[in-house]
Amino acid sequence: MQDYQSQKPIVLDILDAHRTMPGNLLPILHGIQDTLGYIPSAAVEDIARSLNLSKAEVHGVISFYHYFRTTPPGKHTIRICRAESCQAMNGKALESHAKQTLGIDFHETSSDEHFSLEPVYCLGNCACSPSITIDDEVHGRVTPEKFDQLLAACKGAK
Amino acid sequence: MSRVFISRDSTALSLGAEKVAATLQQLSDTKGLKIEIVRNGSRGLFWLEPLIEVETDQGRVAYGPVQAEDVASLLETGLLEGKQHPLYLGNIEELPYFKNQNRLTFARVGLTDPVNIDDYIAHDGYRGLKNALALQPADIVKHVTDSGLRGRGGAAFPTGIKWNTVLNAPAEQKYIVCNADEGDSGTFSDRMIMEGDPFVLIEGMTIAGLAVGATQGYIYLRVEYPHAKVALNQAIAAAYKNGYLGENIQGSGKTFHLEVRSGAGAYICGEETSLLESLEGKRGLVRFKPPLPAIVGLFGKPTVVNNVISLASIPVILDKGGEYYKNYGMGRSRGTLPLQLAGNIKHPGLFEAAFGMTLREILYAYGGGSASGRPIRAVQVGGPLGAYLHEGQFDTPLDYEAFAAISAVLGHGGIVVHDDSVNMADMARYAMEFCVEESCGKCTPCRIGSTRGVEVIDRIVDGTQKDKNTVLLRDLCDTMMYGSLCAMGGMTPYPVLSSLNHFPEDFGLPAAKA
Ligand SMILES: Cc1cc2nc3c(=O)[nH]c(=O)nc-3n(C[C@H](O)[C@H](O)[C@H](O)COP(=O)(O)O)c2cc1C
Ligand code: SF4
Ligand code: FES
Repeated sequence: MQDYQSQKPIVLDILDAHRTMPGNLLPILHGIQDTLGYIPSAAVEDIARSLNLSKAEVHGVISFYHYFRTTPPGKHTIRICRAESCQAMNGKALESHAKQTLGIDFHETSSDEHFSLEPVYCLGNCACSPSITIDDEVHGRVTPEKFDQLLAACKGAK
Repeated sequence: MSRVFISRDSTALSLGAEKVAATLQQLSDTKGLKIEIVRNGSRGLFWLEPLIEVETDQGRVAYGPVQAEDVASLLETGLLEGKQHPLYLGNIEELPYFKNQNRLTFARVGLTDPVNIDDYIAHDGYRGLKNALALQPADIVKHVTDSGLRGRGGAAFPTGIKWNTVLNAPAEQKYIVCNADEGDSGTFSDRMIMEGDPFVLIEGMTIAGLAVGATQGYIYLRVEYPHAKVALNQAIAAAYKNGYLGENIQGSGKTFHLEVRSGAGAYICGEETSLLESLEGKRGLVRFKPPLPAIVGLFGKPTVVNNVISLASIPVILDKGGEYYKNYGMGRSRGTLPLQLAGNIKHPGLFEAAFGMTLREILYAYGGGSASGRPIRAVQVGGPLGAYLHEGQFDTPLDYEAFAAISAVLGHGGIVVHDDSVNMADMARYAMEFCVEESCGKCTPCRIGSTRGVEVIDRIVDGTQKDKNTVLLRDLCDTMMYGSLCAMGGMTPYPVLSSLNHFPEDFGLPAAKA
């Protein structure tokens, strides 16, 4: 775990950059997660103070949205689409293959901290189901074999 | 210098388009061939992606699907001159899948460089805005009303009426909000427009601003679409630079500002009032209506909330007139709908057609049947809250009223195909589970009802008091349908009941009478 003192200046900068923006809470949370990889619980107090909200309100927003996370992710985040079109093309088999290969369930990070696994409901890539993303890259028609290759390529690249 | 087109569309990228482009550039450099690779949108024939199109004396010639390994042999046999090759497709616009469409909204997607404003203007871009700048706001709204355009985001509410309400609401500040949350599975037309022709959305929003007197617009974009965000921001920057956004647009004295905001992975934020809450920086809880967002919307001000495709259809309406657009379609469903063919289908892709085609035509004549080669058994139209249709319903014309008549919806035009290996009790259970996951939590029938729904379906499938639990499930669906504040809880019964009614054998119940 990183300690918040080293992250605090980054959070304060992001808060400062969004000071006059209307409806700025989501952009701030995105800014923090984009930079730190997650939203440290300790940052909630600074966010709340800056926006004149209660800590509970800020926490309520963070927990409402599936995308925001409060723990550090692995080096790579894999998102697997669980929605209908992907199911129609063996998405469920891919899901279990991924969980088994990585040895983790959804919302978990592998013990070597290499991969985090998240479910996602449609990537808009339904014409080439089943779909996954690895970080910001979309991959279509992913078979278990293709999944293994992508994983290996990730590890190779470190 | 040869001009070559390789798509930057997410789906093309998901199949390796980036590597194809890089390999082509590299091999051309080694051979000393001068090429310019344009990263266009996709033509939407996704089984042919990654696609390469080359500009030749005989027009554009296409090859596909191309993998990086194919590039060397393509170059050798004369790719740049449009010569024959096993991957040769000829003019893509002559393929029946493309030729038989009515591309009004998607006219430029796949043809142009999405973020090059000169290319946009050279292909009839900004003609709608030019006309709009010469009109009074009420006349702009009248064109939209005359066009018969109904919201493409799902509820099919007439766009002209919505705009008129905002136009007539007095306020010093009004907003245009584009709903780019596109959370329905099986849908990707919003994404394709934003990646393939972002200017058409920007132009549509600018016209909306002129029509109702709004000077600020927001595009609420789902976070699952990073490539769309890049394309939108590139296009917005170009529009500002060329005087199409900002103060004094094209010397008219009119102002319109535009910004992209990211969602954070909540399906319910596609619901318009929940979306506004989210834009204001709150949890995406659905608001009670009235007041309508048209009267009390973003930050309490009158706000137009429209879907991406609705707004992207505006430029052609203002360019060619409301009557022109209205001439397409049937009944009260006017104009065109971009259909998205997905799931277990041989020729998946985007197909823009006038309302009135039948599902059967789309599935078989264009879609080519299932990808697996097995019989098509169930088709879900309109996203996760849409009904499952069975073979006997495939002749229903694509029309809002005709679908309503069979307790189904067109929604966003997403068509997800399942072959006969599907288990419909599983799909019904999934629909309930999705509601558990995505409910905003405000009302009990939706929040608790869906959790109970999963359990009841499990018991039916288990064989625990089958009949009693089937009655209970129907009862629960009834409560959700009539007791929910929004369509999340109100429509989850559509996929559940249609599964139960059309495919009871999958629940271990006696088969339906044909
Ligand atoms: C649960 C739920 C989810 C919705 N998701 C979307 C969506 O992702 N995109 C969209 O455009 N409309 C969505 N809608 C419809 C919007 O509430 C609204 O009707 C639409 O944005 C209005 O724009 P239009 O008139 O141009 O269709 C959703 C509605 C509900 C009830
Ligand atoms: S029906 Fe569900 S999603 Fe809609 S307002 Fe009620 S709880 Fe929220
Ligand atoms: S359903 Fe999986 S990408 Fe759309």
